Amino acid sequence: MAAQNDAGGHLSAVPSPEEQAGLERFNALIAEDSRIEPRDWMPEAYRKTLTRQISQHAHSEIIGMQPEANWITRAPSLKRKAILIAKVQDEAGHGLYLYSAAETLGTPREVLNEQLLSGKAKYSSIFNYPALSWADMGAIGWLVDGAAIANQVPLCRASYGPYGRAMVRICKEESFHQRQGFEILLELAHGTEAQKRMAQDAINRFYEPALMMFGPPDGDSPNSQQSMEWKIKRFSNDELRQRFVGMIAEQVKVLGLTLPDPELRFDEEAGRWVHKDLDWDEFKAVIAGNGPCNAQRLERRREAHENGAWVREAAAAYAAKKAQKAQVA
Amino acid sequence: MDHSLDSYGDATASATRVTPGNALRPEDIAIQPERPSQAVARYAVRLGDDSLILSHRLSEWVSRAPELEEDVALGNIALDLLGHARSFLSYAGLAWGKTEDDLAYFREEEEFRSLHLVEQPNGHFGVTIARQLMVSIYQDLLYAGLTGSTDNTLAAISAKASKEVAYHRDHAVQWTLRLGLGTEESARRMRHALEILWPYVNELFLDEPLHDELGDAGVRPSALKAAWEREIAAVLEEAGLEVPQTRAALCKGRQGEHSEHLGYILAEMQVLARKHPGATW
Repeated sequence: MAAQNDAGGHLSAVPSPEEQAGLERFNALIAEDSRIEPRDWMPEAYRKTLTRQISQHAHSEIIGMQPEANWITRAPSLKRKAILIAKVQDEAGHGLYLYSAAETLGTPREVLNEQLLSGKAKYSSIFNYPALSWADMGAIGWLVDGAAIANQVPLCRASYGPYGRAMVRICKEESFHQRQGFEILLELAHGTEAQKRMAQDAINRFYEPALMMFGPPDGDSPNSQQSMEWKIKRFSNDELRQRFVGMIAEQVKVLGLTLPDPELRFDEEAGRWVHKDLDWDEFKAVIAGNGPCNAQRLERRREAHENGAWVREAAAAYAAKKAQKAQVA
Repeated sequence: MDHSLDSYGDATASATRVTPGNALRPEDIAIQPERPSQAVARYAVRLGDDSLILSHRLSEWVSRAPELEEDVALGNIALDLLGHARSFLSYAGLAWGKTEDDLAYFREEEEFRSLHLVEQPNGHFGVTIARQLMVSIYQDLLYAGLTGSTDNTLAAISAKASKEVAYHRDHAVQWTLRLGLGTEESARRMRHALEILWPYVNELFLDEPLHDELGDAGVRPSALKAAWEREIAAVLEEAGLEVPQTRAALCKGRQGEHSEHLGYILAEMQVLARKHPGATW
């Protein structure tokens, strides 16, 4: 029954000939590593999984603007200010084209936005932590954008065409973001004692949440298997996490700072990096809404949406009047 | 898979990327051999401060705009203005052995030369658009004039700024039309916005003794007034709005007497830099 339900989105035991043909073609495309495009037939569950994943990603970009916007007006040099504004702008842009990619699956942006505002949709948990110091702009760029890249580079080959293509562009921009974050930390690490402390403190606070961005351990990630079969996801959470931690273990040496993980080492035998146990209870609590900034982040979105309602109404009314005029003329 | 920091060096789309071949960057101005005269430096501070403070105001919108597209647009305008400010302040600083950051972060409030209009709070979206309309039309005319400045650096900065400000003007005009002709509420809000900002318009056109010293290196503010009034009246008429009749406020921003708002703007802008004097970032 489950297969029919996945295929057709209803519980009829016998798929129609069209559905059967669609499913066969879909399976063939996945098997040969081709791309599924918006007009192709696809199983309802595939559509749903992708809509959820792409919109969560879009929401993360939009909510992720907030901790960084928090430092634009206080950026300590005009050059850093310019780079930070540009970065936050990039994120709004990412949000926009991810919403467009999600829309190709049939859910309009307003509906997706409504899901975010009502708290029904999730976004990356990391943005529920506060950006407390300027060094956090460095740590967010280096660790958070770095983890995002490690997660997203394989998504450039995701089986759904519009998503894969959006990820190509996003990954390119994210790599600049990661570099500017690293540069901020590098400058602080070579600065005064107070600046060094600031940098180390930011790394200490963002290390664990950044590692948790890859999602729960493989044994506790129920949706992963299906996503791998559909070739949306290419590597497991733990696999990506250990790769990432290996990268930052090397990069932190360039900074002359440390990662807050005495257990971090490369296991020669297993050929993989081993890190300390992460606090998954905290992860679940933050996802459930108990992070330091969950309420604040959503309230900011709601406020912007409500305060902007009259503006959007005016724009719509103006467009309608213009269209009417054009018709008359 | 190569995950090193340099593995995506071919990207072209990022706004964070410094575009190559873009000759006139503040970093280049800061090391150029040509120094401004004292008068030109003081003038450049005025131009730089207006853009810096307005950029600060617009950047306050980021993550708060009515639509994502406006987060991008207002952020983009803030970024352009910041670029202009950096160029003007870098150039001015050459006269006194100071950097753009010395001037932005370590001057006192009374040493700033910004206009009261750019210091005004964002208010609702309509207030911001009204302020943008006023300033962008002004800067459009100003930079067009300054492109012919006898000071080569001012002319070059203005030529670049002129192209960007034309886009700011277009953005403000389009929104003025939407809000003026959109709904009753948006028209009411827009009328109110124009009325509360209009008192600060007069200051845009006040000449100072400095402009006599500048000669053809600068543009006399009073010379822009007629064209500005014509242009804004045309936009407002098309938008079904009227030119406000509110009186001019007495403003002395160019002499260092500012609105009550500037102190808060600077407190926020300068706090971190001043906490770590001598540090580099």
